[in-house]
Amino acid sequence: MKLSGAEIVCESLLKEGVDIVFGLPGGAVLPLYGAMAKYPDLRHVLVRHEQAAAMAADGYARATGRVGVCSATSGPGATNLVTGIATAQMDSVPLVAITGQVPRGAIGRDAFQETDVTGITLPITKHNFLVMEVEDVAPAIKEAFHIARTGRPGPVLVDIPKDVLQDLRTEFIWPDKPNLPGYHPPGEASLRDVAHAAKLINEAERPVIMAGHGVLISQAYHELIELAEKAQIPVITTLLGISSIPTNHVLNMGMPGMHGMAYNNLAIDQADLLVGLGMRFDDRVTGRLRDFAPNAKVVHIDVDASELDKNVKATVPVVGDLKMVLNQLIPLVEPNVHIDWHRRLDELKAEHPSLFIRESEELLPQYVLNRLSEVSGGDCIVVTGVGQHQMWAAQHCKFQEPNTLITSGGLGSMGYEVPAALGARMGRPDKTVWSVAGDGGFQMTMCDLATAVENNVDIKFAILNNSSLGMVKQMQDVFYDHEYYAVEYSGNPDFVKLAAAYGIDGMRVTRKDEVDDAVRHAMEVSGPVIIDFVVKPDEQVYPWIPAGESVHEMIEVQPTQGGPY
Amino acid sequence: MVQSNQPDQHTIIALVEDKPGVLTRVASMFRRRGFNIASLAVGRSETQGLSRMTFVVNGDLTTVQQVTRQLDKLIDVIQVSYISTHQVVARELALMKVTTAPSTRGEIMQFAELFSANIVDVGSTYIVIEITGGEQKVDALENLLRPFGITEVVRTGLVAMVRGQESGMDAENLGVPVSAMRMDSGI
Repeated sequence: MKLSGAEIVCESLLKEGVDIVFGLPGGAVLPLYGAMAKYPDLRHVLVRHEQAAAMAADGYARATGRVGVCSATSGPGATNLVTGIATAQMDSVPLVAITGQVPRGAIGRDAFQETDVTGITLPITKHNFLVMEVEDVAPAIKEAFHIARTGRPGPVLVDIPKDVLQDLRTEFIWPDKPNLPGYHPPGEASLRDVAHAAKLINEAERPVIMAGHGVLISQAYHELIELAEKAQIPVITTLLGISSIPTNHVLNMGMPGMHGMAYNNLAIDQADLLVGLGMRFDDRVTGRLRDFAPNAKVVHIDVDASELDKNVKATVPVVGDLKMVLNQLIPLVEPNVHIDWHRRLDELKAEHPSLFIRESEELLPQYVLNRLSEVSGGDCIVVTGVGQHQMWAAQHCKFQEPNTLITSGGLGSMGYEVPAALGARMGRPDKTVWSVAGDGGFQMTMCDLATAVENNVDIKFAILNNSSLGMVKQMQDVFYDHEYYAVEYSGNPDFVKLAAAYGIDGMRVTRKDEVDDAVRHAMEVSGPVIIDFVVKPDEQVYPWIPAGESVHEMIEVQPTQGGPY
Repeated sequence: MVQSNQPDQHTIIALVEDKPGVLTRVASMFRRRGFNIASLAVGRSETQGLSRMTFVVNGDLTTVQQVTRQLDKLIDVIQVSYISTHQVVARELALMKVTTAPSTRGEIMQFAELFSANIVDVGSTYIVIEITGGEQKVDALENLLRPFGITEVVRTGLVAMVRGQESGMDAENLGVPVSAMRMDSGI
């Protein structure tokens, strides 16, 4: 039976096991929407803005480990996806975006709603396709999913002209395997490299594991713990590596870097070996490169060879799938206790407390997140936006299971918290999903509250409302001589009334003693809830290594201080 | 002949799929990563559907290693080889339009002959010389002819091939495969 290009897209998506497509239709992609209507197994979630489609697909992917799918029309539909696609690219999230394009004959003529979306997304996708023949639709989608989910995952965009979607002259033929002669995701590492890595680990006196997103992506959490426990190596988790090892694991030291724990940055400074696992030595982690880990050799294991030696020169670079490599490595690692090193780390922790919440009658955002995590039992998924609230969540929330902190790390996309929470909850309806938002980011994407309401997606929104772009304000405070400019929101909406406008529960919390009840109430209510936590303004995130500086310029506050305001 | 690159220049060969947009992907990667291409030559390979690109890249070994790894990461790039340290044949072709006068034509043609270059077009006031060779040879002729007045030069950039019998498709023999590249072993 002959099928249209659009029907072939739908058949292909079902072959890939897709159950949800986040999207918004328009002229060029309409044939696909016409076809989707005939495929009830493909649930289409209609968003209010295409950015939400991409970010919801991203949240879905991070929460489930499966490929997230979004769709949009040509031109503005496709360009609205761009921030979401770039977010997925920076954080290695498997995503397939399907966009309609103007008909083939109109391409290059500046047709209505024409943009060169494969050109625009070329540097922000793992790969992309412009499908010019209907025979190529199924192979392109097969290859797109294969590329998106394997190796170092990433977003893949498939752009299909309207007349290709309408073309009704071929049958649906699903290829056995992708035809990608230039694509070979690594598996196991070379034995020589693994042996060399093991040798350095066995010789190290002050080793530190730095666990990144790759641990979660390759599902190497058990191997991470096995390696760490076997040689008693402390584990530092990057922002995206958080939840790869439970917060309460005795070897888990938490986050390093710009707003990481001071003792972690000092530990890295004093370490004689860093074992980087599925991470990329991002500048927020390293600070000034020449002052980073001056005493340490580096074992760097990553599935993406181009990450090795990119920022930090590895003594032993190892290319391979992290789970496989760790299974090769662990038998070669000798048991150890590193007693002196742990004693030193305990001293650092005592001398540089970084996780305290100071005594205050005011509603501190750190306090809110600490209570939110405690009261909700710590087994929820926390989705954050970007800024102060994100750093406080990374510092103060506790995580037990993998993939329970979902946050835009690399791109740092404000507004991520609303749509990504939507996708996360739709992917994991068994989990409580908290969208921890700033009032700035929330207002970037709050139009998609409607999508949550329409689909009865049970998200608990916790807005840490300081009526400002807090992180920017903090930087202006310290680096721009307290000159606040363009950072204060004096006309924020009443978020409780906003909740009412969407027909959902809303609460305002202004006092510490209201926090626990509000969180409990939100968890008891079925359906979306907004809690407007009116927190102390001007609260700042510490510790802090200012951008481009090193551990030697780290700013710390003491429990008795409010901060060097 | 060991190739005549300057110390901070390196030759990389990539076998790529002959598809629309491949050159854009490659060029875009060089641009956004801040890598500097000294020359780039692209043409069909011995296999239908595959092209071969020869890059001459400026930078230190760390940069070149990054270039090869980033190239290898592109889906349409099938194989990348770094060949600066190997025995290669590297050639480029140049066309030079040189101003002539009756008194200089003979001397110019003598230079061309010395370099085994061909005269491919002649007019009353100019000749066009075609030269093939390594970069330094082409540079040398260009420098010799400059005093006569060169009105136009076009150079293809280097194309390179490893000496020996094996096919360039075989990574082991086409220089250093990216996966085996190590700074401590020279690259």
